Amino acid sequence: MSAASTVVKQPEAVNYLNVDNRIKSWLLTEDHKRIGILYLITISLMFLAGGIFAMLIRLELLTPAGDLVMSDTYNKMFTMHGVIMIFFFLIPSIPAVLGNFCLPIMIGARDVAFPRLNLASWYVFTAGAILGITALVLGGVDTGWTFYTPYSSSFSHTPVIIAVSGVFVAGFASIFTGLNFIVTIHKMRAPGMTWLRLPLFVWAQYATSLIMVLGTPVVAITLLLVAVERGLRIGIFDPALGGDPVLFQHLFWFYSHPAVYIMILPGMGVMSELIATFSRKRIFGYEFVAYSSLAIAVLSFLVWGHHMFVSGQSMYLSMVFSVLSTLVAIPSAVKIFNWTVTMHKGHVALYSPMLYALGFIGLFTIGGLTGLFLSATAVDIHLHDTYFVVAHFHYVMVGGAIVAFLGGLHYWWPKMTGRMYPEPWGKLSALVVFIGFNLTFFPQFILGYLGMPRRYHSYPDEWQTLNVLSSAGATILASGFILVAVYLLWSLRYGAKAPANPWDATGLEWKTSSPPPPTNFTQRPIITEEAYNYPIVLSNNGEPEEAMKQEGAEKHEHA
Amino acid sequence: MSTHEGDMYVGHQFEDAEQQLDSYSIGMWLFLVTEVLFFGGLFLAYIIYRTRYTQAFVAAHHELDWRLGGLNTVILITSSLTMALAVRAAVLNRMKAVLGWLGLTLLCASGFMVVKYVEYSAKFEHHLFPGPKFEFQHAGVDSGQAQMFFNLYFAMTGLHGAHVLIGMITMMVLAIRLWLMRKQRVDFIPIELTGLYWHFVDLVWIFLFPLFYLVGGN
Amino acid sequence: MRLPFANIPIWPEGASKAAHELDLLYLVIVGLTVFFCTIVFGLVVYFVAKYYAGSKADRANPTFHNMPLELAWSLIPLALGLFVFGWAAKLFVEIQAPIQSENALNIYVVGKQWMWQMQHPTGQRENNELHIPVGRPVKLTLISQDVIHSFYVPAFRTKADVVPGRYRTLWFEPTKVGKYHLFCAEFCGTKHSEMIGWVYILSPEDYEKWLQDNRWGMGGEGVTVAQAGEALFQQLKCTSCHSPEQRIGPPLSGLYGSTRTLSDGRKVVADYDYLRQAILEPQAVTVSGYEPIMPPYRGQLTEQEVIQLIEYIKTLSASPASPVANAKPSIDTGDRQ
Repeated sequence: MSAASTVVKQPEAVNYLNVDNRIKSWLLTEDHKRIGILYLITISLMFLAGGIFAMLIRLELLTPAGDLVMSDTYNKMFTMHGVIMIFFFLIPSIPAVLGNFCLPIMIGARDVAFPRLNLASWYVFTAGAILGITALVLGGVDTGWTFYTPYSSSFSHTPVIIAVSGVFVAGFASIFTGLNFIVTIHKMRAPGMTWLRLPLFVWAQYATSLIMVLGTPVVAITLLLVAVERGLRIGIFDPALGGDPVLFQHLFWFYSHPAVYIMILPGMGVMSELIATFSRKRIFGYEFVAYSSLAIAVLSFLVWGHHMFVSGQSMYLSMVFSVLSTLVAIPSAVKIFNWTVTMHKGHVALYSPMLYALGFIGLFTIGGLTGLFLSATAVDIHLHDTYFVVAHFHYVMVGGAIVAFLGGLHYWWPKMTGRMYPEPWGKLSALVVFIGFNLTFFPQFILGYLGMPRRYHSYPDEWQTLNVLSSAGATILASGFILVAVYLLWSLRYGAKAPANPWDATGLEWKTSSPPPPTNFTQRPIITEEAYNYPIVLSNNGEPEEAMKQEGAEKHEHA
Repeated sequence: MSTHEGDMYVGHQFEDAEQQLDSYSIGMWLFLVTEVLFFGGLFLAYIIYRTRYTQAFVAAHHELDWRLGGLNTVILITSSLTMALAVRAAVLNRMKAVLGWLGLTLLCASGFMVVKYVEYSAKFEHHLFPGPKFEFQHAGVDSGQAQMFFNLYFAMTGLHGAHVLIGMITMMVLAIRLWLMRKQRVDFIPIELTGLYWHFVDLVWIFLFPLFYLVGGN
Repeated sequence: MRLPFANIPIWPEGASKAAHELDLLYLVIVGLTVFFCTIVFGLVVYFVAKYYAGSKADRANPTFHNMPLELAWSLIPLALGLFVFGWAAKLFVEIQAPIQSENALNIYVVGKQWMWQMQHPTGQRENNELHIPVGRPVKLTLISQDVIHSFYVPAFRTKADVVPGRYRTLWFEPTKVGKYHLFCAEFCGTKHSEMIGWVYILSPEDYEKWLQDNRWGMGGEGVTVAQAGEALFQQLKCTSCHSPEQRIGPPLSGLYGSTRTLSDGRKVVADYDYLRQAILEPQAVTVSGYEPIMPPYRGQLTEQEVIQLIEYIKTLSASPASPVANAKPSIDTGDRQ
């Protein structure tokens, strides 16, 4: 093992949590770990807000008639759900929380390259979130999270400018994070930490950061133009002002499709960590998985037009986007197979994070394959803007990104808080989320092919049964999320003290104490081995029997 | 937080000054990439509408005074030179020279903004600011299409002007900080980064000037 | 189609030619999805069951990469994906292409918050309902008066965004008599979910009867779109410039479909979008040899009125002898726009 493994456990030592507990020291912290925690608190609150809207939407759709709320209210509910969940929860979720916390430790750095920029990122993000909430308090916005012109710029009677400003401002937080990570990964790696020794989570973060840096400015200027068109009537989108509303869609999706990968790529990174750790085996085809992250990042910028097959764009352009969208599916498929085969001849331990990871494989496979329907031009003409699309992107963003986030949160929870979460409850939550999720969103695929358009406040009677199933599933799903929140909060106080390496995992973050000291390591680690360098342990008739560890036994059952 | 004592300019997260300098350089270049993409959306819109409304763009651009635009181009290029000299002086640790060149750069930037102000107010007087009061009479040109020219003109030069303003504020803060720490060695990194930013702002204008003031009309 | 054991619909009715092949493609992709899911889920379950920590499975010689295997699971999905792409692209072209037919029906649709206004060439108007005969190709010419809408009939498996400022066309051939949902699929504001209606596919006899019972057009009973356009044309005094005698503006006979040379040298075909722009923003498309003096009508005409004018101009044949609208302008011969 490397020199880093000689770092001794320091149970009573100063760590980043107890070093200085005044509010001021938290609010002015430049420690990436504390900033990660600050982000976690903010996005959890935003998730709660977005989740409440989701439940209200499902409650309204319990009956075909638009009877619970007025249609205007409903329109605001799904808009605020989308805006909050995408811009204020999903995009920062894994990068700004888990990435912020783990990435510098994983590469053996004391901090990110620009700690103050990192803190600024959180403040900017919070300011954006407050603007978003302000739009909500002022009555809510009713444009849909896509802010399509000319509705958003000229017709809506809601505080669009404030909401758009919120997204604009939060975009800078995203740029700051991405920029910081790229520089950090390039310049801050510990001696011996070559590119091909980087944990795959770091590779995924790198690819994500590229998208953040290259894509976000485009959506920023686009939304700025919407605000200007709305406020000053200087417009380049409104046809009444000589503009082209479809140009907005091009500019918007040029960012917002890659943004999907901002949400899912970090999830894929988490997956690689979880699968390797709980299979006790190096990820199968490490290089394929690493480079496929980059391939996804690059290809993600070339597929935006698949959101516009029915917008009236040129037929041939649509076909180009269609074939490129088919291509972008391949690197994702490669990852799925690689993760699955990693378990071959491994020692699979079904702790909660691994259950979440296996759930991810299932849900993301369905989410990815249903993307094939939507990338196929002729099929998309029928499915575009129906519940099929809603189901597809929830499979990717909830089934993929959020499940991975939860898996990662459980996995690194002991490291972040110094406490173990209660394992049986963790397993239960993984199960509840998985079942609830499928019940919520699978019926929506069927509804979509039947032709139910999205963003509908009321719908024909014959589709009620499927909608009731979906709403019932949403209740289960919500219970799963609440369960997670409850026991994680509980564990902060009552959870068992976490050892430095509760999972017997490789990776530098497990070689420092839980929680880590303020500067991450007591001495600078030097890396001498590949990532996921688990010892090869044979169980039956293999010679090194004595090296066999009892992973299967609930050795770290601290609940 | 442990800081490396002895070398006051190296942040606690860095191993040495070289790593720090590299990081700041890469960071700044990345930031400029985001800026390129930020303006990129507007340039794309410009290309699309200029292709569609060629005639109107040619007619409308005659309302801009290329001499004022040219003057501003000269001013900005000069400021780029003075900025480069400020960076050089900083590397050579010549405090007074740094402050002097920075001052000159600020002066140029202010000159640019004054010319800009003159141009903008003329447009307002002639009802060329887009909106309900917009008036553009020219035979064979649809006034809506001409308005698109001015939409883009104000959006792009406005955004550029905002960047100039931000650059000016940055330089002022920098100059004050340098003055306060005039007894110490010049920390050249912030000056170099500001210089990079300023050259970028200059470069954007080099594109904007021909696109708006010298629209090829035959 | 419904599930046999519960009253749950799982398959929408198909009522157009394109619907049937699209359903087949859809089923094939469903098959592929099930195939890959089975492989992945099967492997996950198998590996977990066999290699759970502490199991007695053989773990000798574990592999960490295998180039042929990795290439295989990259290239096989790629090939299948490209197959799906190709099939879908072929269908996509077919769906969008004009249906070559002698008797295609050309109906204008104006979307506005929050209703669909259909205008039959023979003058019949209806809101949120569309009556069409079975077996006869239909070409919809769609435009929005305000925000973006989307015309969606699930039974036809087709939809088109209806954008302000430009015409779209949508072709389909109804194959089954019945009553089908019509939706707005692009979010358009407060009553988006009420911007719905019905498409009635009628037998030819019922359709004839419907035409007779609903003769109330824009300009009165039995007035065709072109006739309404002619009345508007007179009312706006277009003839004071656009007539063979005055020649202040270019004469409009034979204009539709001809190639125009503009004052800046561009050559454009006078299609729907050109005519619309020539009425609303004439300065932008001044014809070579004429003074740019026509006032713009932007903001002064509704989309329906523009359509009437265009439909009237279409009827003006190349010979200036018969400027009065042809009484039967209803047949669109499938000209590509």
